[in-house]
Amino acid sequence: MSRLSSRHLLGLEETPQEDIMLILETSNSFREVLERQVKKVPTLRGVTVLNLFYENSTRTRISFELAEKRLSADTINFSTSTSSVKKGESLRDTVQNIEAMKLDMVVVRHGSTGAPYFLTQCMDANIINAGDGAHEHPTQALLDMYTIWKKYGKFAGLRVVLVGDVKHSRVIRSNIWGLKAVGASVALCGPSTLLPVEVEKFGCDVYHNIDEALDGADVVNVMRIQLERQEGGMFPSQREYTNLFGITKERLKLLNKNYTIMHPGPMNRGVEITSEVADGKNSVILDQVTNGQAVRMAVLYLLSGKKEEGDA
Amino acid sequence: MPDKNVDIIMDEKKINRALTRIAHEILEHNSVTSSLVIIGIITRGAFLAKRLAKIIADLEGVEVPVGLMDIGLYRDDIQSNLDQPIVQQTDILFSVVDKNVILVDDVLFTGRTIRAALNQIIDFGRPKTIQLAVLIDRGFREYPIKADYVGVNIPTSREDKVLLHVTEKEKSDKVSIIRNFTKKKSTKGGK
Amino acid sequence: MTSKKYDLAIINGRVIDPELGFGKDAHVFIKDGKIAKIEVPSSKNESELKSFDDDQIIDATGKIVVPGLIDVHVHLREPGREDAETIASGCKAAAAGGFTSVCCMPNTEPRIDNQETVKFVQDRAKVADARVYVVGAITKNIEGKQLAEIGDLVKMGCVAITDDGHYVQNPEIMRRALEYAKMFNITIMQHAEDQNLCGGGVMNESYESTRLGLKGAPAAAEEIAVLRDIALTRLVGGRLHVQHVSCKEAVDAIRSAKAEGLDVTAEATPHHLVLTDEEIGKEFNTNLRVNPPLRTLEDKEAVIAGLVDGTIDCIASDHAPHSIESKDCEFDQAPPGMIGLETTVGLIKTFIIDKGVMSWADVIRKMTSNPAKILGLPGGTLADGSDADITIIDPDKKWTVKADKFQSKSSNSPFIGMKLNGQVYKTILGGRVVFER
Repeated sequence: MSRLSSRHLLGLEETPQEDIMLILETSNSFREVLERQVKKVPTLRGVTVLNLFYENSTRTRISFELAEKRLSADTINFSTSTSSVKKGESLRDTVQNIEAMKLDMVVVRHGSTGAPYFLTQCMDANIINAGDGAHEHPTQALLDMYTIWKKYGKFAGLRVVLVGDVKHSRVIRSNIWGLKAVGASVALCGPSTLLPVEVEKFGCDVYHNIDEALDGADVVNVMRIQLERQEGGMFPSQREYTNLFGITKERLKLLNKNYTIMHPGPMNRGVEITSEVADGKNSVILDQVTNGQAVRMAVLYLLSGKKEEGDA
Repeated sequence: MPDKNVDIIMDEKKINRALTRIAHEILEHNSVTSSLVIIGIITRGAFLAKRLAKIIADLEGVEVPVGLMDIGLYRDDIQSNLDQPIVQQTDILFSVVDKNVILVDDVLFTGRTIRAALNQIIDFGRPKTIQLAVLIDRGFREYPIKADYVGVNIPTSREDKVLLHVTEKEKSDKVSIIRNFTKKKSTKGGK
Repeated sequence: MTSKKYDLAIINGRVIDPELGFGKDAHVFIKDGKIAKIEVPSSKNESELKSFDDDQIIDATGKIVVPGLIDVHVHLREPGREDAETIASGCKAAAAGGFTSVCCMPNTEPRIDNQETVKFVQDRAKVADARVYVVGAITKNIEGKQLAEIGDLVKMGCVAITDDGHYVQNPEIMRRALEYAKMFNITIMQHAEDQNLCGGGVMNESYESTRLGLKGAPAAAEEIAVLRDIALTRLVGGRLHVQHVSCKEAVDAIRSAKAEGLDVTAEATPHHLVLTDEEIGKEFNTNLRVNPPLRTLEDKEAVIAGLVDGTIDCIASDHAPHSIESKDCEFDQAPPGMIGLETTVGLIKTFIIDKGVMSWADVIRKMTSNPAKILGLPGGTLADGSDADITIIDPDKKWTVKADKFQSKSSNSPFIGMKLNGQVYKTILGGRVVFER
């Protein structure tokens, strides 16, 4: 028997190393289930899971939905691209309505930081954060970490470079906290306008020069540049971003021998990463997608039994 | 150290003798060894499964495939536990379709573990038969499950705990009974 | 036998009037709504008090008796958002918080940028439990484009002008406002935040905003706004009052402007003196969303230092009621503002006086005579003949802030649940007890 220290997964900033490792080890077992002919186990039979998506994210939602179905949970989806405020119904009302439908777990994606925390305050279900604002996206980071761990069997001594829009990326934040908790060395690289103030307090090495960042690194996790977010003139043009920060085949020479290329998707091919790199032999981008299901199954499984009194 | 609540009921010799007899019985009942596969339930049943395969290999000169199965995901008490059981990796590298599956566990008690294991095997495919081999049958069944091959039948009380030690994990092979181990706990899902 | 000579006596309290330089145990005698005299206890007034009825005497033994407190920065929400506050409920909140005079901001619906709305507020305030002084808008509809009819507003009784909630972004408009306001000898109160630089920010820009992924408003947006207005004041003269100073750089800028001799004053809110941006990530309490935002510990300490050394002249609550509905939402969707009238005294006692930062006399000066002088208001003193606006404070009363105890119609306070030391005991407005515990 083993337990997570919390009955929700809101982020990795406060998640202890033991919890992270328990999730990764459990993911291994579910990874095996995905190789079976019948990729379904009865573990969460009778558990109802709501996927509450206030932002469009087909990939994350499908990954969660599959994970739930493969655990035999009952799944319902509530997706809306508009915020509840604009719809005229408050988040609390929406959530209380849903709570009245007797749900056990809620997977929530929301444009506002803290919305998953808000949910924990107004319902009893286990809450899993599937991305809140530019704050955290813990399951994405966990699947990134699982992919690294599966390949190298360790974190200590590994150098992971996170490249992209640090300011607006919840994936980067969760990766930073998760990777640091398990002892990896983390470096950040992006245009200085996309590095938030006091970024050094994350405790990572920070670079504006991609070649310096890649030098001697093991893993490069390339973030999607959200072109739609760059209207504020964070960098002059896509062309210049690609020249300065794009991951090209030439730049791979700077990395350690057994290097790994990651991208949480969806990719802007030819912008932050070239096709050559994305489809190269050291790319694990599609493994990330498969592993994502195993990790999400593990998180759902580990949280599912935890009722209020188990709240440590 | 000696404890008056603990009885050693089987030593290494007794365990080996029981396993050898089970191996003989399996071979008697399954004349076509090519369709035979063994699946051990993690953790203790897994050790016994490997040993049975070795005894069969010594007796008949055939390699019977061995798979290891974790039944954690098929348990019926997941929602009632505060803590989730640690899920270990199931490792079955062969198809069970049309095979004679020998399911191996150490102690047969309520039958709930075996129920979970049967469900899981069926999800892997449709075997010809599933036969159950256990080292110890201690009674107190809660489900209608009966073993095909039994090492020993041991009378126990419901509160006792029956423990198999194996040299692969501990110092020696032995089976012990701890009396009144779970006086106040319910026995669901236990062995 | 009823005393004919006086209506009321507040006896044996510690009377503190910084303006008079008075700080002794004394009796305060009130007649016809005015302060008649203040005397230390003696055998003469002992016998005089014998002629008083019981209900003519307030025993203030162990209490502090000060001039009625003045808050130059409150939002009464009426007209327009009566669901959040009305002039009546806001003045009840003021009385409960020890304030006998409040200056209401013009960002109502409609805006207070015309005589009719000023008149409306004044009429409603006539029967309220506090004196309401109306602050008019600087620009029409608070749009920052065209000066409001400031002459009309002053004629109607506006004591100052402000576009509070919005910075007058265009320096040319602000220059004209300062020049124009000089004609009427009124102060311009400025909400100093450059809106281009902090546009969309929902909290202070710092590691906390970085950590939480929330859009930050840098302190530099306030600094730039303050520096620009100081430059304009230097250019054209006029009286500038910087509202809710929240960062170190703004304090420094105001300090040097004062040293230079410019007519610049400033206020600080209790929340900027007590809270930092580190509170936000704990529970995403939307009541912590304010403009300007809660800043860093260093900023907080600089604002306190500014208060101590006189750079910041007064304490103002920026009482900003919002309905439960509008605050019960995601942090970045919540409107900015928190209520403050009823927690100011307790917070200042607990976090400023009890911590040995300032004395009662220094604090009371910043809540009475200083704000009165900034806007040229009557009151702020217990001098003979002045209006009998008096606040009696129980300095060591321990209490817990509770949502259902607020007199305000709203309860958007992040201090709910906090244990405070020091509470208003009675509030007297023109000789009439308007609040008592």
